[in-house]
Amino acid sequence: MAYNFKETMNKPERLAPGHRMCAGCGGTIAVRNVLRGLREGDKAVIGNATGCLEVSTFTYPYTAWEDSYIHNAFENAGATLSGVEGAYNALRRKGKLDETYKFITFGGDGGTYDIGFQSLSGAMERNHDMVYVCYDNGAYMNTGIQRSSATPMYADTTTTPVGSESNGKMQNRKDLAAIIASHDVPYVAQTTFVQNFKDLHIKAEKAIYTPGAAFLNIMAPCPRGWRYNTPDIMEICKLGVDTCYWPLFEVVEGKWILNYEPKKKLPIEDFLRPQGRFKHLFKPGNEHLIEQFQQEVDRRWDELLYKCAR
Amino acid sequence: MASDVNKLGVKTKWQDLTEGMIIVGSGTSKEFKTGEWSSVKPEFIEDKCKQCLLCVPVCPDSCIPVKDMKRGAFDLEHCKGCGICVKSCPFGAITMEGVK
Amino acid sequence: MGKRERLSGNEAVAIALRQINPDVFPAFPITPSTEIPQYFASFVANGQVDTEFITVESEHSSMSATIGASAAGARALTATSSCGLAYMWEELYIAASNRLPLALALVNRALSGPININCDHSDSMGARDAGWIQIYAENNQEAYDNMVQAFRISEHKDVRLPIMICQDGFITSHAVENIELLADNEVKDFVGEYEPENYLLNPKQPMAVGPYAITDYYMEAKRNQAEGMKNAVAVVKDVAKEFAKISGREYGLFEEYFMEDAERAVVIIGSAAGTTKDAIDALRAKGEKVGLIKIRLYRPFPADELAKALKNVKAVAIMDRAEGYSNHGGPLGADVMSALYRARSQALAVNYIYGLGGRDVRVEDMESVFDALKQIVEDGDAGETYRYLGIRE
Repeated sequence: MAYNFKETMNKPERLAPGHRMCAGCGGTIAVRNVLRGLREGDKAVIGNATGCLEVSTFTYPYTAWEDSYIHNAFENAGATLSGVEGAYNALRRKGKLDETYKFITFGGDGGTYDIGFQSLSGAMERNHDMVYVCYDNGAYMNTGIQRSSATPMYADTTTTPVGSESNGKMQNRKDLAAIIASHDVPYVAQTTFVQNFKDLHIKAEKAIYTPGAAFLNIMAPCPRGWRYNTPDIMEICKLGVDTCYWPLFEVVEGKWILNYEPKKKLPIEDFLRPQGRFKHLFKPGNEHLIEQFQQEVDRRWDELLYKCAR
Repeated sequence: MASDVNKLGVKTKWQDLTEGMIIVGSGTSKEFKTGEWSSVKPEFIEDKCKQCLLCVPVCPDSCIPVKDMKRGAFDLEHCKGCGICVKSCPFGAITMEGVK
Repeated sequence: MGKRERLSGNEAVAIALRQINPDVFPAFPITPSTEIPQYFASFVANGQVDTEFITVESEHSSMSATIGASAAGARALTATSSCGLAYMWEELYIAASNRLPLALALVNRALSGPININCDHSDSMGARDAGWIQIYAENNQEAYDNMVQAFRISEHKDVRLPIMICQDGFITSHAVENIELLADNEVKDFVGEYEPENYLLNPKQPMAVGPYAITDYYMEAKRNQAEGMKNAVAVVKDVAKEFAKISGREYGLFEEYFMEDAERAVVIIGSAAGTTKDAIDALRAKGEKVGLIKIRLYRPFPADELAKALKNVKAVAIMDRAEGYSNHGGPLGADVMSALYRARSQALAVNYIYGLGGRDVRVEDMESVFDALKQIVEDGDAGETYRYLGIRE
């Protein structure tokens, strides 16, 4: 799929301003650019797990969505959109609907990796013609930065606070994209805000127009939770990719494809340093923690290279 | 019939709320002016702009309108002044107090 | 024309669903409701329905998907029992607050623990405040008839609320009894096409559902929702009248059995009403003025009508097939006593907990209840108002 940046930017906006996400939020950057993957003229029903995005984009009576939108609860965005897609199939079959609709649901990492995991797994396994988009900011940001299974190791969160006996979260992130790929769905991809959104746009379009279930995992930094300088979001994303913390890949019909390999893999410190949640790692005596973090990044990167080389 | 959000204020009687709290229509959030959240705003220096549109996708608030492949003035009624667009511009066409 | 059959309650409800031909049916198995989606799956497999049958991974998801489908503009329903209903809990409230006219075929079963697969009403009674219309059946015929009427009630423009069609697990759901079915076209015509006003898949107009509502709106939203429930009473009656025209079977908010001159009465829900009728027949044969009120519509609760039907009764036993752990009795007891109080009734009332976890209720058990009421009338005092029936102690 060719990417014409200007034409893509010229498409009508499908997320209206006036929503109440924080200034500089990565979540809505993800949403706007995913929705640009929709072809003009195609209609969509957007689903949404409870979270920042939901309470901020549909605060009665103000909806920021230009398409039909349903929020149900925290843990059931997958199941809810399954029902919407089921209704579409039934109404089409009965000749009650002619228009083409696409189905896209958004969830944060809490609603996707954790509480909504079963519902997501079910929807993926049933292979509904839908896209589940996780805007992964690595914690329960809506309730005030609590750790999730997407939170990276050693992150300082309000439920894994750094203290005299604690270096933050003790466990590694769950590799959700790999888990969803194991559901044998036709399309899984991981992306973030780099390359003028080319990678994200192409993946969104593929996810939306691949028949069957698709999953997009998008790293969407949260300035509050990550504690970086808000205007620097694009730089943070680039560092995430160039340190191989957040690799860009696709799994198409079971085939793993690496989309980007940095010419020079940067040390993980470069990604960690600008973020307040990792500040403690840079105290003298904590060098071994960064070393461990690096080892985990390396291990996962090597595993990914291996999968993609097969 | 589309819901009239201007008639659904915090003084609205229960009889006049929408059934099931649905909103018929779309994009009604435009009526909510988030521009009031911040006094610091980006400034668009049109002369320096090469219309590369790199600032467009980075805005979390859809505040850089594009028409006929060209960006227009900032929607300052909704812009929250996050400053991301300032950094996205390769030509120095966007400035904002406190953002280098 | 009606067709005579011998069917279990589950099969009868499944046939009603085939005749309704709903758009979407998300399903997850749980005893004793499992047969309903099983029968329905065979209708799907044999091309007898146009329904999108979604085999979800849990009851939480079955109700979530039903909500999604209903909001999207489909006629949708699911079926469950017991812990399945408990697992749907938050979704029940969301379905109601979104004013979605979806249906749930509930086969009543005890809640865990200890885990038990048999009948009591603890599942649906726990959901009584969720904002759903609840209609109960005594037998397979009523379960079928109620299912046929369900969407006409829930989809009515003055109501637009989810509806729970309840039958007793195993006792009704699995026992095979005689039944009279309506012809397929009669059901189709009676139920009619679903034409929602606003829905997600309306190409003319997008819609947003499920907002965050701040305190300034929340209470008004709840009051607005309550209006649908207020309107439901008249709609339930009207739909029953129309149903009587095609079936010859008449339904109201509750059934009165020998209540014209009854001095002692039992108020009960579900299959044990049949057992109570047998006890009444035996006692009436001996000249005793005993009667029964069998609740059909439990939510909304027909309090005024019920108090009126009980106005000449000296003593009443309210039978709860669910504990309330209030130390005063069960949910039906609380509702009926409150109705009597509001009507300034002088009747002496007691509340029995009975039949939990499938505990058998025999004719002699119900005779013992009428005996107890006789004693209460003689004493002019209800004594202990919170009682257990058929408990070993």
